[in-house]
Formats: sequence, structure tokens, C-alpha cells
Amino acid sequence: MESTLPILVALPLAVAFVMPLLEKLREPEWLIDLIATLGSLGLLVLSVRLVGAEVGPYWMGGWDGTGGVFGIALKCDGLTRLMLVTISGVAFVAVLFSLAYMRRYTSKGFYFCLFFLMVAGMNGVALAGDMFNLFVFLEVAAISSYALVAFGCESEELEASFKYLVLGGLASTFVLFGVGILYNLTGTLNMDQIHAQMKGLAGNPALYVAAGFFVMGLGLKAAMVPFHAWLPDAHPSAPAPISAMLSGVLIKALGVYTLARVFFSVLGPAPEYAAVLMALGALSMIAGVLLAVGQWDFKRLLAYHSISQMGYVVLALGIGAAVLSRPGGSRVVAGLAIFGGLFHMFNHAAFKSLLFLCSGATEYATGTRQLKELGGLKHRMPVTSACCRVASLSIAGVPPFNGFWSKLIIIVAAVQAGYLWLGALAALVAFLTLVSFVKVQRYVVCGELPERHANVREVPASMCVAMVILAVVCLGAGLLVPYMMAPHVGLLDQAAEALAPGVEAVEVVLGGVAP
Amino acid sequence: MTAPYVLTMVLLAIGIYAIACKRNLIKVVIGVMVAEYAVNLFLILLGYRTGGFAPIRTEAMDQAAGAAEAAKSFAAASVDPLPQALILTSIVIGLGVVALLAAMAIRLHEKYGTFDVSEMRKLQG
Repeated sequence: MESTLPILVALPLAVAFVMPLLEKLREPEWLIDLIATLGSLGLLVLSVRLVGAEVGPYWMGGWDGTGGVFGIALKCDGLTRLMLVTISGVAFVAVLFSLAYMRRYTSKGFYFCLFFLMVAGMNGVALAGDMFNLFVFLEVAAISSYALVAFGCESEELEASFKYLVLGGLASTFVLFGVGILYNLTGTLNMDQIHAQMKGLAGNPALYVAAGFFVMGLGLKAAMVPFHAWLPDAHPSAPAPISAMLSGVLIKALGVYTLARVFFSVLGPAPEYAAVLMALGALSMIAGVLLAVGQWDFKRLLAYHSISQMGYVVLALGIGAAVLSRPGGSRVVAGLAIFGGLFHMFNHAAFKSLLFLCSGATEYATGTRQLKELGGLKHRMPVTSACCRVASLSIAGVPPFNGFWSKLIIIVAAVQAGYLWLGALAALVAFLTLVSFVKVQRYVVCGELPERHANVREVPASMCVAMVILAVVCLGAGLLVPYMMAPHVGLLDQAAEALAPGVEAVEVVLGGVAP
Repeated sequence: MTAPYVLTMVLLAIGIYAIACKRNLIKVVIGVMVAEYAVNLFLILLGYRTGGFAPIRTEAMDQAAGAAEAAKSFAAASVDPLPQALILTSIVIGLGVVALLAAMAIRLHEKYGTFDVSEMRKLQG
């Protein structure tokens, strides 16, 4: 089972390298489509297979160099498994959607090459067991996403991608500063060994500088306010399946997951870090939704909502960290907050990707993204409008869809931890999200069909299948909540346990290394 | 020993200044490059040991003192090789980023007819 871990990075890399060859040799389109679909399906199968199993660290090259100090480890704890399943699931659906959608762009082979490089990078980030490996895969995924945002090569897309590139490059520079400071303080890059040395370093000012660099760099990747300026331009300008990938998994794998890893598994929860995370989360939640309510471009509205929902996740993680670092803090409440945050991360991947795919389908059929020009699509595009409705209900937090459960858990955890104002704020933001999506529903799905769109047809079958799969996941995750919460078996519970005690992951790796 | 570190931070500040305040696209790209080199310089400085030598083991060292002794004194006196490996990777990543930036700058010039950033304001709100 352990050899599955490097395959999760090697398989998308292999597919990515084959694609430009196929493109240059003018291979038929169906071959490119087939390889892409099989590749992403294979990733999904491998990730799901990992869910129940206890997989130990995999040392690259079989070399754990002098007791693990110089070896490069890939480790797979509960949180990694959750990320892998999320990434592979959304990637598979995005590939299905791209088969028809990307015919309108220039070159599918190059598109899939960049796409699978991005997936390889994200899998690598999820699997990374040491800080520099994390940084390298972070860069691989980020650079592929810069190129993908600019894929259409129109002036708006280039402008958005340039802004994203410059800010993202600066953020990566900050992350590398943080990694360098941590290496200097501890003498090792392995995450678990750094964590083991944290007790001796408590109160060291250099540690706070490193944490500050990480917050700035990773906060930008996660689109936290005030580092969010690139997202409202980049996500709408990308082709729809790439917007789904960016909003659905990239800001999570590169931003929120790495924030959780650094502040829980490496640095360890402390009151200062928790306060910063909660502040960022609360600010992003409220700023994102207030900026979103006034938007009239469908995709730009969705992009602002991504900022807001990521604020929810970071807020929940911050509450968990705050409770864990209190002297008498209840582990149950911390576990509940972290569980809510991770559940919301998974749910957001499902419903935000679905929303972006629906907006892509709408644009494919009608040629516009402006809400004022759309209307009444339920008459002519039943599948798209049904899926759009499911996703809007999910993000607004209407039972029995998945968004309701995760938001409820976050609000309950906030109140139980003693942060009544944050719980009230979360509820207010949920209400504003509902307002925003009622507007979307009224302008896109319901109402009158404008004259010029009288002849729109439903989108091709592969796009419909992709959207229906995500809609089923939204409904299923909502109805199957008890199954996902089952202790030690449920996917989410394993992920929360990986963060809440913080020591479990350490013991797994060092247990195999200590002489 | 803090002067070189201060230099690193000054370089980072110059890079951020160029990114934030310059209107020419190419100057923004140069700002990104300067910031990346600031972090590379920082990593090299972390590994440096005053009076240390380059981390290359030779036969002569082993013969002079015996393998285990030579290894220990080597580890105690040489410059740390790990940050050097980190920097090589970082330089290559920087190369990729700057190549992409330059390609995008050329395309932007084709689309907008100018390198001036304040002209590229199509995305508002």
C-alpha cells in the first residue's frame, strides 16, 4: 500500500508529459480525451482505496538517511486522505466537463498537460512530509495554475493572470523565508521532527517571524482578506473547469491545508496563531460576502463567495486552535470545530465546483456571464438549472444539503468555545450568502427567457454528467452525515483526529524512524 | 553577523517596492526577480559558517584521520550543504516564474499596446 503514495504524484506527471507529445504528433482528439479520463479515474480509485488503510510514511528512494534527518518522506494521515479524495474527485469531474467545453479553446493537449501538472502538484502538497517538498509542490501547482488562468489569451485573462502571478510569486517567496527560518531554528526540514523541537523553542521571537511569513504567504494562497486581491480577477477569467479546480481545490490544497499543516502539525496550536487565524477567517467571511452581494457578473460573484466560505474554514480552524491551546480547553469542542472546518472544506469543494461548472455551462450555451442578460434558463436547460439550484441551496446552507450541516457545526462549535460574537457573525454571513444566491437563482434560472436566448440548447452529455455527479455528491454528503462522522472509520473523523491531537501524525512517522 | 541578513531584508523591501509602485510591467517583473533573489541570499547565509570550507569530502581527509573521525570533523567545520540544495531548486523555480512573466508581458503588450500597468484596468470591482 505504501508504494501507492508516490504513484499518486507520478501518475498525473506521466499523463502530463504524454499530452504535449500527443498534441505535437497530431493524435486524434479522442485519444487525448481517453488518456485524460483514464488518468483522473485512476487517481480517484487510488485515493479512495487509501481511505480505510493505515499507510505509513514512504521514504523516497527507500532512504531514510541517518535516522530520518535527511530523508524525504511522503506521509499519509487522515487529513491527507481527505485532501486526496477531494482533489481526485473534483479533478475527475473537471476532466469530464473539459472534454466538451475545451473544444472552444485552442489546444486540448496542452491544456491537459498543465491540468495534470496542477493535480500532481496538489497531490504532492497533500502528501508532503517535509517543508521544502511542500514548497516545491506548492510551486508546481501554482505555476501551472498561473498558466491555466491565462489559457484563453484574451486581454482580460492575461491581465488577471499577470496580477495573480506577481502576487502568488511574492507569496511563495514569503513561504520560502518561513521555511528557511524554521530550518535555521531546528536543523531539520522534516515536519514531525520540527514539531518535536517546538517545546524547546517556545517564545523564540524568530518563530513568530516565521509564523508571520507563513500567514502572509499561505494566506494569499488561501485568498484570505487582506491578501485576496488576485482572486476576483483570476477565477472568473479562467476557463470554467479551471475555475472549478481553482476555487474547488487549489485554494484549499495550497492555502487552507498548508495553513492547517503548518499551524497544527508543525508549529503546534498556540493562542497567538489561533487569534490570527480567527481574525483572518472572520474578516474574510464578512468582507467576501459583502463584496459578493453587489456583483452582477456570475463568475465574479462566485469568486467573492469563495473568499467568504474559505473564511468559514479558517475561522473554524482558528477556533479549534484556540480551544486546544487553552489550559483547560475541551478537546471535544476543539475536535468539533476542526471537524466542522474540514467538513466545510469538503462541501465547498463539491458545491463551489458545481456552481462554477454551471456558470461554465451557462456561458457555453448563452455566451454571457452577466446576470442581467440571463434569465429563465430552466425552460430550455433543465439539467444545468437543476444542478445550479442544488448547488445554490447547498452553499446557502439549506437542509438537507451538505452546506447546512457544516455551517451548523461551525456555529455550534463557536458558541460552545465561548465565541458568541463569532457564531452570530457566521450566522449573519450565512444569511447574506442566501440573499446572494436567491439573486442568482432569480436571474439565471427563474424568470423570463430573453429573446436572444430563445434558442439555447442543453449542454453536451459529458458536461451534464459531470454536473450531475457533483450534485449527487452535494446531496449525498448532506444525507450521509452520520456515516461520515463515524469515529475512526469516517473519512472526516480521521482527518479531524489528525489535526486535533497533533501528536498522532508525529508518532506515526517517528515511530518508524527512531533507532 | 547581522549585516548580511539586513541586506536580505533590504533587497526584499526593494523588490516589494518595485512590485507595488512601479507602473512599467517590466519593472514589476524585475521586482519579482529581486524579491526571489533576496530569499535565495537569505538561505545561503543561513548555511554559512565563519571559517568553514566547501562541503566536498576528499580522499585526503579520510586518509589523514580515518573515516569516522574525518566525518565528524567534516560535519563540524564545513559549510552546511543543505541550504545550497534548497537554493538550486529555488533558482530553477524562479527561472520558470520569470519566463512565464516575460511571456505574459509580451502578450499583454500585444493586446494593450503599452507596458503601462495603469492602462490595464479592464477588470474592475
